[in-house]
This record gives sequence, structure tokens and C-alpha cells, in this order.
Amino acid sequence: MSDTSKTSLLALTPRTKARNAAEKRFRAYGIAAIAVGLMMLIVLVTNIIGKGTGAFQQTFVTLNVELLESKLDKKGNRDLDDIKKVTTFGYNPLIRGAMEAKLAEIGIETDMKGKDLEGILSKGAVGQLREYVTTNPDKIGETVEFRFLAQSRVDGYLKGRVTRESIENDKAISVEQLELVDQLVDAGVIVKTFNADFILGADASDQRPEAAGIGVAMLGSLSMMLVVLALALPIGVAASIYLEEFAPKNRLTDIIEVNISNLAAVPSIVFGILGLAVFINYMHLPTSAPLVGGLVLTLMTLPTIIISTRASLKAVPPSIRDAALGVGASKMQSVFHHVLPLAAPGILTGTIIGLAQALGETAPLLLIGMVGFIASNPPETLVDGLLAPNSAMPAQIYEWAKRADPAFYERAWGGIIILLVFLVTMNTLAVILRRRFERRW
Amino acid sequence: MSFVKLTASALAIAAVSATAAAARDQVQVAGSSTVLPYASIVAEAFGENFDFPTPVVESGGSSAGLKRFCEGVGENTIDVANASRAIKEKEIKACAEAGVTDIIEVRIGYDGIVFASDINGNEFAYTPTDWFLALSDKVLVDGKLVDNPNKTWADVNADFPAQDIQAFIPGTKHGTREVFEDKVILAGCEATGAFEAFLHNAEGDSDKAKKKAAEKACIALRTDGVSVDIDGDYTETLARIESNKDGIGVFGLAFYENNTDKLQVATMSGIVPSTESIATGEYPVSRPLFFYVKKAHIGVIPGLKEYAEFFVSDEVAGSDGPLSEYGLVADPELVKTQEAVSAEAVLGGNS
Repeated sequence: MSDTSKTSLLALTPRTKARNAAEKRFRAYGIAAIAVGLMMLIVLVTNIIGKGTGAFQQTFVTLNVELLESKLDKKGNRDLDDIKKVTTFGYNPLIRGAMEAKLAEIGIETDMKGKDLEGILSKGAVGQLREYVTTNPDKIGETVEFRFLAQSRVDGYLKGRVTRESIENDKAISVEQLELVDQLVDAGVIVKTFNADFILGADASDQRPEAAGIGVAMLGSLSMMLVVLALALPIGVAASIYLEEFAPKNRLTDIIEVNISNLAAVPSIVFGILGLAVFINYMHLPTSAPLVGGLVLTLMTLPTIIISTRASLKAVPPSIRDAALGVGASKMQSVFHHVLPLAAPGILTGTIIGLAQALGETAPLLLIGMVGFIASNPPETLVDGLLAPNSAMPAQIYEWAKRADPAFYERAWGGIIILLVFLVTMNTLAVILRRRFERRW
Repeated sequence: MSFVKLTASALAIAAVSATAAAARDQVQVAGSSTVLPYASIVAEAFGENFDFPTPVVESGGSSAGLKRFCEGVGENTIDVANASRAIKEKEIKACAEAGVTDIIEVRIGYDGIVFASDINGNEFAYTPTDWFLALSDKVLVDGKLVDNPNKTWADVNADFPAQDIQAFIPGTKHGTREVFEDKVILAGCEATGAFEAFLHNAEGDSDKAKKKAAEKACIALRTDGVSVDIDGDYTETLARIESNKDGIGVFGLAFYENNTDKLQVATMSGIVPSTESIATGEYPVSRPLFFYVKKAHIGVIPGLKEYAEFFVSDEVAGSDGPLSEYGLVADPELVKTQEAVSAEAVLGGNS
């Protein structure tokens, strides 16, 4: 008799033990893999949020500026053309005066000179002032309250990024200025509050990180998504319906099929080069325009949409088609009345995921001139939004990340948060659509 | 069907684009990433002070910018190319072939190049000789050219601490690299006498060819990992130094001045780099910055001439202007440049 005959159901044989152990180990590997993934996600998210939330707050200085007629309108006739001749440089004395007046009002004594006082404010303050005066010339001669941005170092000081030690060799700010800032914070003149301009505003030059916003780039991204949606969805759906429902199965359609899959794997920079060659150099569409960006991203998104649409068409059971044809519907009717509505949730999901992918794309935009100091004029009309030069959110983040002032770095992280909010919203939408409308057979 | 509507709108977009492509009302600028911050500061102030829209400034490098500049004349080509070096003969020729004949060259000022390391690290006071001995492929030892044996800065100069040599220098596609080679490595090569040795070994038909070959041998850098080419921006160099405390990086003066909390700057030949010491010419490593304007576009693109004039005006590019505050070294001959811009004096013309 062999040993095997003596096995009992109650006692485990070594072989079973080994198999059970192997299974347990495998489960442990799985849990470990998930744990690693989750940890990466947590590190990433905490990093982004920790570094980026600062961008949503900004330091402001409230000042009463006397709009001196002697500086702004020497002739005193309120002629807008004359007022416009005073450049932003001519507004500096007003800000200096306002700052001195404020210090006198709250009783702070300082031996700092005008230029250092002015240095606490953003370089954009004069632009803000001039903008106000040119739109409200009748206010000249009055004293108006303004809320100016503080310069990036002051903002960094209130956020803890800049310290007295770190500015030892810094020319942009001095320890005396920080002392004054402390006093002004105590007096309530300088406050740190939520900054809507970061979400809604335009990009600013390297000298004014405090004024930079992602709003215009966001509009650029949205315009591009509009173009992608308007082109990639109809073209993609039409192509997949034909390939799936009507096209004969032969060598030619096989080649087309393989090539669509290949196209999906092409690196996005290639589409950028193609866009530069075809849309800008050959078709003479304007450079840096979201329209061209949208066209390039359409090329990139098309294969994704075609593949997902074909998969969801395939998932509709043939019995539906047969039933439709059986009651006398034409092939086209059976597709449009029965198959397409049933496949729609899958198509939409694929489209949204394709769009989300396109939204985060920077590489092709580098080549068609959408990276740089571009997103500075908010577009006024839809056509303007498509044709006027603009950037896109990921391109703006890239641009900020490489600028010299560390304050831009914080804004790059803030931009990432906004971009992620968009992506998460789109992906959630895709999941909801699938959950609510998908039917299973 | 909504598809019909979508397709219709898509066609509408295409139709609109075809008609509207012919109208551009803002100045388009592209080119050097060194000039980009200055150009964006000017563009922003220009948008604030004039009724023209804010010009668009793209980066991409001097060569790429000039290449696009030379693509031809017309609204779908750029109006201004920023460059951190002067335009080359070859590029002028390429421009002329594409119909871009009248080019206005505008020198906006000077940019200093500094050597900086981690703020908590050792202090350095360099001379070009030190850099040549540290990075060159071959150096002169006892009158013979040998592969560079130097491992630490102490090997290079007995005054330096025994810190490993690790340099992050701009990659060959950067205009900064050329300045680094010319003003530092080549100067060091000549000072150590290695140039003579290279010249002695050089092959060539004429003296000129020999000299060229010797210069080329001078600027050949060692490839054993001691010197790392950075093809990205200064932010990448900064990140490298933060992770490798022994690293010494090459930066623009403006970048250093914005990051004084992380970097300490080394002196060159005993001079601390600053806009003042560069303006007087004491600090040796600097180069002029330019932008090039297409004359054919003046009068066609609204605001182009105004932009160019505004850029070089005293208020902007002068020694108290915003550009100088950001780190540009004002050009002592700014008045001449202003005159040339308002007269639209073109390259090669004698006006």
C-alpha cells in the first residue's frame, strides 16, 4: 500500500499545504502591489496639494491713491488721448505718495526712500492704476481706494517661503522692507486672502509672478477641447460605424484596422510636427492658435475614439440587429435606431477619456507655438478664442516651472491642481455615464 | 441628429478660419529663452501702455527663432526673433533666399554668465585657467598634452578645497555654451599655454586653418562624466545642484539673482558678477543680447515699430528700467540703438 491511501480529509497533505501557501503568498503580493500604488498616489497628491495650495492665496496691500491731476492730466481737459500719453512709469510717484500717506496715517516711521516703499508692491500696480484711470478719467483729482498685489517676495514672506536669512543676498527685497511689512500686517494694510485671479487671470511676465493666473490658458484648453469634440467625435464615430457595420471583411479593411491601432501608439510629438508642417506651413493657419492645437489633438484623439467606439458597437448583441432587420428596418435604420443608442454610453466614455488625454498633452503644442509668454490677452469672442494666440493649461504649467523666480514654481503646482480637478471631473463623468446608461446582456 | 449639428459647426469653424487667417493684429516674437524673460516684461508693459494687444513671445532657442524668422515674409511668419548671439552670415543668406532682406538688428543690452554652487558649499574664486584645467579634454603637463588627470578642484588649483569636480554646463544648443567656450575655456587654454601646444600639433593647410583646429581642440571638453551638458533650462541645472552638493553650475545673472537663497556665486578673476561689474567690463563673462525685426512687417503688423522703440527706450532698457532691475546689463550705447531703430536702419545698410 502506498502512503496516499492514508490521507485524511482532516489533515492536510504537504502538497495541499504548499498550494495553500502559494496562494496566500500570491494574495500578499497583490496587496503589496496595491499598497505600493496607493502609497505613490498619496505621496503624489500630498506633494501637489502641499506645494500648490499656496498659489490660491495671495498677499494684497490696500492703499488710498490720490489721482493727482498734475501728474495724470497736466492740461486738465480730461482728454483721453492726453491721459493715455502718461505711461505706467508716470504712475510710480502716485503709488509712492499713497504709501507714504498710509504710513503717516497709521503712524509708522521709517527712513526708507520712495523706491523701497514702492518695492513692497507688485510691479503690476502701476498698470492696474493706469487701467483704472483710462477707463474712469472723471475720477482724476479724487482719492480712490485700491487693492494692489504685494510683490512675490513679500507674498513668499507671508507664506513662509521667504525668510530674513534667505534674502541675505537678494536685491529684490531687504530686511528693512520685511520689518515694514510686519508692521503693515499688524495694521491690517497687508492681508493674505483667497486669490480668484489665479484661476481666472492671464499670464504675467517674469517680473510679476504674483499677478500670473491660469484663466486664459484654461480658455485656450477649452477652445481646443471644443475643436477636438466637434471634429474627432463625428469623424471617429462615422469611421467606426462604417468599419464595424458596413465594411466588407477583406485585406484592405484589415490593413486599415491595424493602422488605426498603430496610430494610437504614435508619440504625440509626431502629431505636433505634422501639425506644424500641414496646418501652419502648408494651410497657413495662424500660429499659436487653439484652432491648430485642436486640430493636432484631434488627430491624436481620433484613434482612441475609433477603437473605443468599435469596441462598444461590437458589444451590442447581434440579436438586436437581427430583430431590427427582421421587422423590415434597413441596415442604416437598424444601426442608427437600435445599435448606436445602445452603444452610446461606451462611445461617450471613450470620447471623454480621449479628451482628458488630449487635455493633458503638452508635447505637440511646443511645436505649434503655444508655449511661451502667450496667454496674456483674454479672448473676447468664440472666433477670437479659436484664432487668437493662446496657450493651454499643461503648456502654461511647463512654462511656469522653468521660470527663474521661485514664486512661479508654486504657481506651477497650483496649476497642476486645477488641471487635475479637470481631469478627475472628466473621468468621473465618464464613469457615471457608463454606470447609468450601460446595459449588459 | 446631434452629429449633423456637430459636423455643421466643425465646417463653420473651418470656414471661419480660412477667412480670418489673414488678419493678425498682435506682434509675434520667438527665439532665445535667455531673452524671453526680458521680452515678456516688455511685452506686458507694452500691452499696458499702448492700445495694441500684448505681443506674443514664444521661446525655443536663438537658432530655432532665427530659422522661423527667415521662413519668409507674411502674416504667418514671426515679426521679431530674439537671439542671445548675433545673426550669422549663413542665416542672413537663408533669410535673403526666402525673401527676408531688410533685417533691423537691435542690441538690447548685455547678459552676464555666472558660476554658482550650493549656498552651503565651499566658496570659489575662479579664473578661466581653473575651468580649462578642470574641464578640458587634454591639458598640458610638463610640456606634453595628456588626458585630463584632475579629479578634484584641489588638483586644479592648490588654493581650492578637495571637492570633486562636477560641472553642469549648458548643452551645445544653447547660446550660453558658446560664450562659456569663448570667454572661459578658450581664455584658459591660451593662459595655460595649451593653445600653443595644440597649434603646434594642429594639421591644416594654412595658418588660419591651423588656428581654427587648435581652437577646436581647446574647447573639446572631457567626456568622463565630470562635465554634464544640460540641454534644459537653468531650473534643471538648479535641480541638479540641489541633488548633488558638489556641483557647480553655469547660470544667467538674472536667474542667480532670483535664487540667491539657494545659490552662492563664484567670482571670476577676482570680480563678483553684478550688473555694475558687467557694465564696466570688469567681469569678463558676458554677451550681448539681440532682437531682429523684419522691416517688411513694419506698417503691416500694427504696433511692431512701437514695440521695438518701446523695448529700447530709456524707461525700459535704461539703467533704471525694469529690464535692468531683472538682471539685464544696460547697453552704454543705447542712444545709438534708439536712433537706429527709429530710422529703421537695416543690417548691411550704411544708414
